[in-house]
Amino acid sequence: MLEVDDLEVSYGALPALQRVNLRVGRGEIVALVGPNGAGKSTLLKTIAGLMTPRGGSIRWEGKRLDVEPPEHIVECGVALVPEGRRLFARMTVRENLELGAFTQRAQKERREQMERVYILFPRLREREDQLAGSLSGGEQQMLALGRALMGLPRLLLLDEPSMGLAPRVVESIFAILAELHRDGMSLLVVEQSVHAVLTLAQRAYLLEGGKIVGEGEGQTMLKDDHIRAAYLGPLARGTA
Amino acid sequence: MILTQQLVLGLLVGGLYGLAAAGLSLTFGVLRILNVAHGELLMLGGYAAFWLFALWGIDPFLSLLGIGPAMFILGLVLYWALFQFVVRAHEELRIKNSLLIGFGLTLVLHTLAIHFWTADERAVTTAYAGAVIRVGTLAIPLVRLTSLVLAFAVLTALQLFLARARWGRAIRATAEDWEAAALMGIPVGKTYLLAFALGTALAGIAGGLVSVSYSISPSIGLEWTLKALIVVVLAGLGSLFGCFAGGILLGLAEATSVVFLGGPYREVIGLLLFLIILVVRPQGLFGGRA
Repeated sequence: MLEVDDLEVSYGALPALQRVNLRVGRGEIVALVGPNGAGKSTLLKTIAGLMTPRGGSIRWEGKRLDVEPPEHIVECGVALVPEGRRLFARMTVRENLELGAFTQRAQKERREQMERVYILFPRLREREDQLAGSLSGGEQQMLALGRALMGLPRLLLLDEPSMGLAPRVVESIFAILAELHRDGMSLLVVEQSVHAVLTLAQRAYLLEGGKIVGEGEGQTMLKDDHIRAAYLGPLARGTA
Repeated sequence: MILTQQLVLGLLVGGLYGLAAAGLSLTFGVLRILNVAHGELLMLGGYAAFWLFALWGIDPFLSLLGIGPAMFILGLVLYWALFQFVVRAHEELRIKNSLLIGFGLTLVLHTLAIHFWTADERAVTTAYAGAVIRVGTLAIPLVRLTSLVLAFAVLTALQLFLARARWGRAIRATAEDWEAAALMGIPVGKTYLLAFALGTALAGIAGGLVSVSYSISPSIGLEWTLKALIVVVLAGLGSLFGCFAGGILLGLAEATSVVFLGGPYREVIGLLLFLIILVVRPQGLFGGRA
């Protein structure tokens, strides 16, 4: 279980997160929604160790993560698929995947895991020797996801996995997330496609201005008036 | 005929420019710092080869096997003592701070070298130093040719390491996007340390090769830093063989200018190339990105 307690993060003097409390249970899909600049990415980056919190704590399976550097956090089984994918564009698909298995733990299962990733994303096997920078947006997102899976995570943090992708591609990415969830993976997903992610997620948090202002089951949040007005737009009100 | 002979010499010295530049390119590309003391590190390598030969008669090409690892260790120490504090800063600050530290290191190494080894020019003069291979009317100095081949071999080995080895790939990943590298579980601090030490070892090996064919003195550092910098700009970041090719291009350009414009313009042509490339193709001849 991921336990975030009273987390405080700031950019210089500017507070980015204030007393954030959040839970992701084992095998649970949790969505994190909110407007731009609410601190969603900051929260994920802090959990992954790219930012150092000013206060509070982050625990994963009982172990304190907030005092660890990113490489130890990956070793503990927590992986972030960052916003904008951040692939190694000048390396091949295969090299990107192999780098995903850099940790000692993942090195041992590298071959088997790559096979699993290729079964999950057959397109990546076809593009194995191509440079990551030459892939289409959807393929890049698959590679970013596959690369994170190479590290054998038990908790996957996803920052805007649908960004810039065609609706059909988004659908297939979300289908993969659902499949990972069925296999027991815990997921924390930041997403602009609020309707899609709330349908997928068991629970959701609403983050505004660096604070958690709402929390509930995905289906309940979908029907919440505030969420529908702010994030699902006027059309959703009629159809949902 | 004079031109051909000069071009051959230019080609031979160009390989060393390339080797010197490869080390600078590695630290610049991975750590995003500019180590202006690179030429001084090269000077140290040169003196190591000189003294090993002068005191114990060790063949300079053989002593490279010791100089490389020794300079690698010196690189570890320098990174630990000085540069690790620089890479913690944001990128714009890194360059500025690394310049300050680099210039400081330059002065210290330069002064120490004068103090211990005097300002005299030195060169390693082996028994085979004067040997030449004649091709028609061309004379190819054997030691310079050997140096060129060795420089190429060292860069090939390093290229293989970067392409295939686990830590080599970690270095490339860090160079491309250090945050993404950290998310893969790569300890970015360690890859910085490794890249800096490798860069220092390259400078040392280049220095050893310089001492065999050319003269060394405590003041050669600036000149070699400048050459390396010109080649890095010429070649662009990201490719060791690009550096090698860029080095040879600079060597050939210098040789041409010696024939047509005279010796004094030798140094000018490099700087001219530097400016032209910066204006026309700032990503360098072989660099992928702007």
